[in-house]
Amino acid sequence: MSFINYSSREINCKIVYYGPGLCGKTTNLQYIYSKTNPELKGKMISLATEAERTLFFDFLPLALGQIRGFRTRFHLYTVPGQVFYDASRKLILKGVDGVVFVADSQVERMEANLESLDNLRVNLTDQGYDLDRIPYVVQYNKRDLPNAAPLDELRRLLNPRGVPDFEACAGVGTGVFETLKAVARGVLKDLKQMNR
Amino acid sequence: MKQMQLVMYDEDFRKVLVVIQQLARDANAKGVFVVDRNGQLIGEAGEMRGIDTTSLASLTAGCIAATGGLAKIVGEDEFPVHFHQGQRDNLHITLVGGQIILVVVFDERSSLGLVRLRVKKAGALLARVFEDIRKKAERADARGGAGAAAQSPFSEITDEDIDNLFSM
Repeated sequence: MSFINYSSREINCKIVYYGPGLCGKTTNLQYIYSKTNPELKGKMISLATEAERTLFFDFLPLALGQIRGFRTRFHLYTVPGQVFYDASRKLILKGVDGVVFVADSQVERMEANLESLDNLRVNLTDQGYDLDRIPYVVQYNKRDLPNAAPLDELRRLLNPRGVPDFEACAGVGTGVFETLKAVARGVLKDLKQMNR
Repeated sequence: MKQMQLVMYDEDFRKVLVVIQQLARDANAKGVFVVDRNGQLIGEAGEMRGIDTTSLASLTAGCIAATGGLAKIVGEDEFPVHFHQGQRDNLHITLVGGQIILVVVFDERSSLGLVRLRVKKAGALLARVFEDIRKKAERADARGGAGAAAQSPFSEITDEDIDNLFSM
């Protein structure tokens, strides 16, 4: 649920990075954080375990600039990917404006990808959203690994609807900003529709 | 259920500010913050300039969401009031009208009893302000958004506007 403040002329939107454990959601945010002009970003918060697994969420506020005289801010969140943190994942989807599904390209993670995608659909429905209607993009991460599944197969299984999708190696930044731009674009277009 | 988009106009924003500025004075608070349940900061008052309010808002919403989940597990609807005691500063967090979070930061110049008392009154006032905002949004929605759209700058966003955002 975006928040439009006419008084401070600001608009805030919430984007959630979803996906199975260790697929690279936090790495996406870390890369964005490391490459963004300090004036445009806030502090990145990671609520993680000692072993750096996300416990509740990562959070990165990002100011992209002005649109029609309104400062546009995106609040980027990740969910904890591990299966048993489902209650937390559900909470983080509250008020979401756009979703990025980060898939792990490794062949042996295909089942985890599918399970996480099903879980995303169910948890969105619980919050009153429909994955087929919300701004949504898919990122196939870890494309550089030798055991990465062919792109066609990933697309067939994880993106049958053909939403915008991107190949990525989040660790070195390939595809990270392309993914962010695509989801932000979707959110702003949605906002335009809503205010029509 | 999916929530409605929160749109705040100058007039409503000023009403919120009046309530929280008064609360900051009455409760001898260091800072008062109003946050929506999704973690967006709506307004602030008090002397705590320069702190990271964006993170404060996001973490407060996370805290309310987590304890709301706990409440459901033990058969409660919500735990609407939270108190965190620190060595110097304390946090009093209240869920107002099910949708808005009121955060009061206070130190030894105040007390939990005083904060609770003042928050009760301010919370009722804020609930009314946000109820009016909700009704206004519903009325605009019922008119098919026609009234709001006439003034909304977002109905006119072009692809070029969006592209310009990414020239970073």
